[in-house]
Order: sequence, then structure tokens, then C-alpha cells
Amino acid sequence: MGGEKDLEQLKREAAAKAKEAAKKRQAEKAAAEAGGTREPVKEESEKATPANEEDDLAKKKAAAVAKAKAAAAAKKAAMQQGAEGEAPGNEEDDLAKKKAAAVAKAKAAAAAKKAAMQQDTAGEAPGNEEDDLAKKKAAAVAKAKAAAAAKKAAMQQDAEGEAPGNEEDDLAKKKAAAVAKAKAAAAAKAKAAAGGAGAGDDEKAKAIAAAKAKAAAAAKAKAAGSAKTGGDAEPDETAKPSINQPFLDKYTKVIEKHLGEGVLEESYINKLSKDVPTLVAKRDSYFKVAEFLKYNEQLSFDYLSEIHGTDFETHMEVYVHFYSYKNSQSVALKVKINRDQPEIESLQPLWEGANWPECEAYDLLGIKFTGHPNLNRIMLGEDWVGHPMRKDYEPYDVEV
Amino acid sequence: MIRTEEMLLNVGPQHPSTHGVFRIVLKIDGEIIKEATPVIGYLHRGTEKIAEDLQYTQIIPYTDRMDYISAMTNNYVICHAVETMMGLEVPERAEYLRVMAMELNRVASHLVWWGTYLLDIGAVSPFLYAFREREMIVNMLNELSGARLTFNYMRVGGVKWDAPEGWIEKVAEFIPYMREQLKGYHQLVTGNEIFMNRVKGVGRYTKAEAINYSLSGPNLRCTGVKWDLRKNEPYSIYDRFDFDVPVSDGGDAWARYQVRMAEIEESLKILEQAVEQFPKEGAILAKVPKIIKAPKGEAFVRIESPRGEIGCYIASDGKKEPYRLKFRRPSFYNLQILPKLLKGENIANLIAILGAIDIVLGEVDG
Amino acid sequence: MDLKMDNISPQEMEELQRNVFVTTLEQVKAWARSNSLWPMTFGLACCAIEMMGVGSSHYDLDRFGSFFRTSPRQSDVMIVSGTVTKKMAPIVKRLYDQMPEPKWVIAMGSCATAGGPYVKSYSVVKGVDQIVPVDVYIPGCPPNPAALIYGINKLKEKIRYEAKTGKRVI
Repeated sequence: MGGEKDLEQLKREAAAKAKEAAKKRQAEKAAAEAGGTREPVKEESEKATPANEEDDLAKKKAAAVAKAKAAAAAKKAAMQQGAEGEAPGNEEDDLAKKKAAAVAKAKAAAAAKKAAMQQDTAGEAPGNEEDDLAKKKAAAVAKAKAAAAAKKAAMQQDAEGEAPGNEEDDLAKKKAAAVAKAKAAAAAKAKAAAGGAGAGDDEKAKAIAAAKAKAAAAAKAKAAGSAKTGGDAEPDETAKPSINQPFLDKYTKVIEKHLGEGVLEESYINKLSKDVPTLVAKRDSYFKVAEFLKYNEQLSFDYLSEIHGTDFETHMEVYVHFYSYKNSQSVALKVKINRDQPEIESLQPLWEGANWPECEAYDLLGIKFTGHPNLNRIMLGEDWVGHPMRKDYEPYDVEV
Repeated sequence: MIRTEEMLLNVGPQHPSTHGVFRIVLKIDGEIIKEATPVIGYLHRGTEKIAEDLQYTQIIPYTDRMDYISAMTNNYVICHAVETMMGLEVPERAEYLRVMAMELNRVASHLVWWGTYLLDIGAVSPFLYAFREREMIVNMLNELSGARLTFNYMRVGGVKWDAPEGWIEKVAEFIPYMREQLKGYHQLVTGNEIFMNRVKGVGRYTKAEAINYSLSGPNLRCTGVKWDLRKNEPYSIYDRFDFDVPVSDGGDAWARYQVRMAEIEESLKILEQAVEQFPKEGAILAKVPKIIKAPKGEAFVRIESPRGEIGCYIASDGKKEPYRLKFRRPSFYNLQILPKLLKGENIANLIAILGAIDIVLGEVDG
Repeated sequence: MDLKMDNISPQEMEELQRNVFVTTLEQVKAWARSNSLWPMTFGLACCAIEMMGVGSSHYDLDRFGSFFRTSPRQSDVMIVSGTVTKKMAPIVKRLYDQMPEPKWVIAMGSCATAGGPYVKSYSVVKGVDQIVPVDVYIPGCPPNPAALIYGINKLKEKIRYEAKTGKRVI
């Protein structure tokens, strides 16, 4: 008996809940509609602006969000409306735009709803004419999630128009994008409609760039692309000297002052590598330069970030990247060595961190680091034949 | 006086606490380690050689398999290197997706470290907790990229996939959850006396030594060097986020533990801000040519991975394949200090010291 | 085979039939073995992380009777999880030899199966089956933990099937 009672009670409760939910939903719908209807009214009322003309530019945003959750009944409705109008000329307006989006979704047990509406209209008419514009974009995205039944309807509208001259518009552009996504079992519907006419084709590109709306990815990419065509003054930048140029000058000056002219083969700013000052030492003075880089007070590159070798077929190259925690500066040191007898002093006595990387370079490239305390084939083992990172490496045994 | 004699003890390459195929040969006198010789290369797969025959986009999956615990940062470093060479501007939305992916991965990486480190030194249950939370992150990254571990998510100029519907909300939900769990972790482990005795004062080195040995990441920050490439040489969009660089000045395993745990919190902070600032729309891939060719020349970039400073050197001769590709692998550099730390220690501390360095063998061996 | 069933009452007979099963010793052994496959923790590379994932809270391999052992001498199955390099190959072989009979091998992931993405590498063995006999191959790079569980269940199936039919599954 008790069980039955419970069951009935449960049923009753469930029914009550369902009713409540239904009510809520209705209320929300009503609210959403009210928001929708109210908006145009306001729009008009605000449109009656200054002087003899009517506004040309109106921008509005309306957002209504309603959320209802199963357990707690919380509702929020937020509405924001903004309108701005400026009318320099005598005319009549221009444009009216409206959009409505309704999305209804129902999911398993819980019901959550969000409706967001955003409207954006902008028009500018500097002359006496009739406008102009109209571009609209509407996107409605509905999302449904599997776990929580959440609903969102978002609507965004964006319209811009610009009419610079006295003529009539020639161009009408329309863009409408509607994206509806439904996940899991839910079904979402979104309707988006957009219409508009804009005067002045020259403004097209601008309009595209300015229009932001959620749209399909393709549309997005296009917009971004056209926005970019604005063009940056990149060539100018390359002409400018790098911010690291003074550092490079300082290094070369100090090195040449102490170690004499001609220890460096060349020095340049490596633009490809975040403008790192790069020094190319001569084979014989490599260790001296490195030592100097570490112990000189003005330089004090105390951190060896990276050391490795490269086989350039004509020669081998050792690349070292230093960092100074004291001066917060980087420097790259390179040295070219003979490919047939690759030998170079080890930096291990200066930086312990060069220990294993030098072993690795020895193992894979065959560069001998003299003065290294324990130069071994760290990766492949002592019985490996050949140095794999060399460009002309041939495997010793043929693969099965 | 007990008469002892020196003997050799081989640990690995198949040893549960070496996190892979690391081998170390110890010369011991009783319980005391006299000399330690690490032997690596058991997972040397020749990534750099293979990459010389591959186009840049094709290399990205190989980077996943280097540091497989935080594959996102590896993805990033090669893309970043090529982008730097080409002077590419990455779309904002793509940068946010990248940062979120990297920070999620950083949290996951530190969780793996936390779980396995404690497993190594004798606590089993933290492993289960850490992997529970990690599984959530892995699922999120799975939704984003389609893979659980080797993501292959980033591309030169952006990312491959946009965030699926509701993904950002999931990340937002995860942040407070993780914070709550983190409190639990601290209650469970951080103050535990047995744990403290096990890690305090173990494997200590100074700031000068850390710099001299080219340590990076938490291994460097545990000596008080406030150095994080995300902060000091901001790449991507890290300059837009407000976060701390946790440091500690103990220089021991305990300090490293503290730094890593604090880093999880900082990563969550970054994630929180990224979720807030995430642009609603925009492209996820810059306009890049179909076949990516880096200009002739060379570049070396470095970024902050969970294990330290990961760098990528590319020498290009203008073709679609790199002429030479070299990774600065933080684990490889960090591991060098191990023989020095082990000298004079008890054998039992071997695992506590090795674990605290946090190595990934795929990265050590390349 | 004759059993003295004369003095048994019908009730007892019924009970017996309900409670006594007759099978071969081979099948009993296979049943016992397949339900307590102890893999060796043998993480080689990326796949090892997914293997750890299998052992941890979410996937929980323990419920299938599999429990990671750290020593080859205590384990029944070797899960080769990752790339086998030429330097590692002799050690894999030695570990396999150290395992007591009966023993099985699971090649987890494409590297262990056939070299995977590293098939062109100078230092990688193109498949662990060049060194040790493999029973189950699991594709993926890395395989999902669920795939590994599936592979372990396949191995169980194989063990029981072989015992039941006496045929080798190759």
C-alpha cells in the first residue's frame, strides 16, 4: 500500500512539476515575445530625434535572457537597448529592421532556456538622402547539450549602412547566416533573416569588416580575410633596425676590445629568430669567446639554453644559445668547423649543462668535443656504426 | 665498524619508478651511493632525422610523441618556430584555443607527476585521485582534438579544430571543480609527516648550480629564480593574463613539489581568464599557403612546457621540409644533474630524487 | 568411466547434477589463468600512459582480474606498450625470457605492432614480433584504454579457446 501511495504521490509530484515547467516555459515565451514586441516600439520612439530629419543611425541592442532551471526557478530577463541617432541631413529615415527568432527545444527532464537576443543596427546618412543601408546579419545559434537540457537562442543582428552621396543606393547587400547546431537528441531550429540595402559600394569592404556576427566558419574566414586587406606597413618595419641592434653592437665591441679584432667571423641580427643577436666565432677563438661571454661582467651569459650541431654538407656547425639572467638578454653563438675532421673544444668545463647535449652531438653527428670529460655515444650505444644525423648516413645493416 | 665493499647495482631500464626506460648504474657502498651513471637512449627514435624528410605539418604528430604527457606544448613549439620564421600572425581565437589547450595539458601533466611521484614514494591512493581528474581533462582535450594523448591539434597559423559547442562551458565548469579537488590533495598529502620526511632536504641544489646545469621549469624555480618564459618572454597571448610565477627557495624535492602544485593553481587562473576573454567568433587558422615553406635561414624559439624550457631550432633552406630540426628537450637537460644529486645519498632516496625532477623518457631520448 | 551411483537417492542425485561440473583439467587451468592475467608494468613510451590510465580509477583493470606486477617473474603477460628501439630490443627479449611459463605478449599500439610512425627511423625495431611471439595486437597510436581492455579480453578468449579445442590460435 505504502508503495502505491508513494508511487501516486510521485506521480502527482511529477505532474505538478511538469505543469510548473510548462507554465514557466509559457511565461518565458511571453516574456520573450513581449521583449520582441516592445523593442520596435522603443525603436521608433527613439527614432524621433533631432531636427528635421530623421535619424540615420540607429543602433540597438536588445538582449533578453531567460533561464529556468528545474530545481530552482530562477528567471532573469535582461533587456538592454541602446539607440543612438545622428542626423545631419533632412531626410527620412532609412531603415527598419526587425528580426525575430524563436527557438523551441524540449529535452528529457529538465528544462532550461536561454534566449538571447541582440540587435544591432547602425546607419549613417551624412547627406540629404535617403539612405542607404542595410546590412543585416543575423545569426541564431541554438545549442542543446546532452547532459543538461539547456537551451539557448541567441540572436544577433548587425546592420550598418552608410550613404555618402546624394544618390540612391546602388547596392544591396545581404548577408544572412544561420547556424543551427543540435547536439545529441535535441533538435534546434533557428531562423535568421536578414535584409538590407546599402548605398555606396566603396563602403562594402568596411562594412564586412565591421560586421561581427556569429556565422558559419566560412563566412568568418572571408570576413577576416577582407578585413586584413587593409594592409599593414610591414615593409617599413623591416627597414627599421632591430631593437636588439644596440646589444649586438655592445657585444661585438666588448669582445673585440678584449679579445682583439678578428675573433668573430661575422655578427648579425637573426630576424627570423626573434631578432636574436648572433655571433659567428672563428674556429680557433670559439672557446675563448664562449668563456668571455660567460665571465665578462658586462655580458655574463650564465645560462646555456641549447647546444647542438648541424651538418651543412659543406661544413659542420655548432649552434649555442645563451641567456643571461642578469641582463635578461639572449645571444646565439655559432662556429663552423671542418666536416671531415669535426673537432671543437667542449663547453662542458664552462657550463655543466653542455655535458649531455655535446654527447648527443658526438653520437649523432660525430663532432668530437675536446676537453669533454666523458664523451660517449649517449643515445645509440658504443657499437653503433655511423652518425645518423649526417646527411650522407647509410644504415650499416639493411632493415628486415 | 662494519666492513663494507663497493658493488654495482643496476636499476632499469625496466623499473616501475623510472617512468619509462631509464637506466642507472649505481656504485654503492652499503646503502650509500658512491657514483651514479645514467644510461639513456633506450627510447631514441630518431625523430629529428625523420623530420628532415617531412613537411612541417607532417612533423607535428611526431612532436606529440616526444613529451607525450604534455603534447600540446610540443605542438605549439614547432608551430611557433615556423610562424616566427614566416612572420605569421595567428588569429586571436586560435591563440585562445591554444592557450586553453596548453594550460589544460599543463594541469594534466602536473597531475600525472603528482600521482606517479607519490606512487613511487609509497602512497598509492593519490595516483587514483590524480588520474580521476586527469581523465576529465583528457576527455575535454579529446573533444577538442579527437585524441586523448597525442593530439596533433595545432597547425602552423592556428589550430585544426574549433571548440565544439559547449566546450568552453565545460572548461569553465572544470576550473572550480579542480580547485576544490586541489584542496583535497593538499589535505591528503601536503602536510603529511611521512611525506615531508621523505622529501624535505632531499636532492638539494643551489641557484647557481641550477643555472650552471641548464635546468629549467620547476626545477629552476624551486631555487628561487623567478623565471617563466610565459612571463619573461611572453609568447602567444600570455601577456594578457594575470598570473604569478610560483617560486620556492628550498631547492629540494619538497620545493619542487610546492612549485608544481602552485603551478596548477596558476594554470587554472589563466584558464579562467581565457574562458572569460574568449572571443565569440573569429577565424581559427590564419591565411597560410597550402604548402608551408619556411624562409631560408634559421630560428630558435623557446617556450615554457610543464617540464621547463622547450625549444625548437629550425634550419631551413627554403624548401617545404626543414633542413635540420632540433628540439631543446627540457627533460634531457634537467636530467643531467642527477648523478651529482645522487652522490652520497641513500639508495632509497634515488626514487624520491629522480621522481622530483619529473622526466619523460620520450623527451629525454628524442 | 564408471561411477558408483547406485546408492544415491534421487534427491541427492539431483543436487549432484546441479552442483558438480565435469570438465577437463586443461579447461580448468585455462579458466583460472585467463581470469588472473597479471601484466607486467612495462612502459616503453606514450602507450604506457594509457596503460597507466587502464590501471587507474576510471578504467580500473582490476575488475578483470588483471593486476600490474612490477617483476617479470611474477607476471603472465607482457604488454609491450610503446616503441621498441634497437637498444631496447635485447632487454625486451631478456624480460620475456625471465617470465615463467605460460606467458603471453600483447603488442600495444602501432609502434609495437609494426614500427608505427617510426617505421622509417634508423633506430626502431619494426614490430616487437621480430623479437618475441605476440598473441594480441592492438592498433592505435596510442590505443584507447578501452581498446587495451578489449585486447586483454581477446587474450582471455584465446586462452580458453585453445584449451577447449586444443588448437593453436595464431
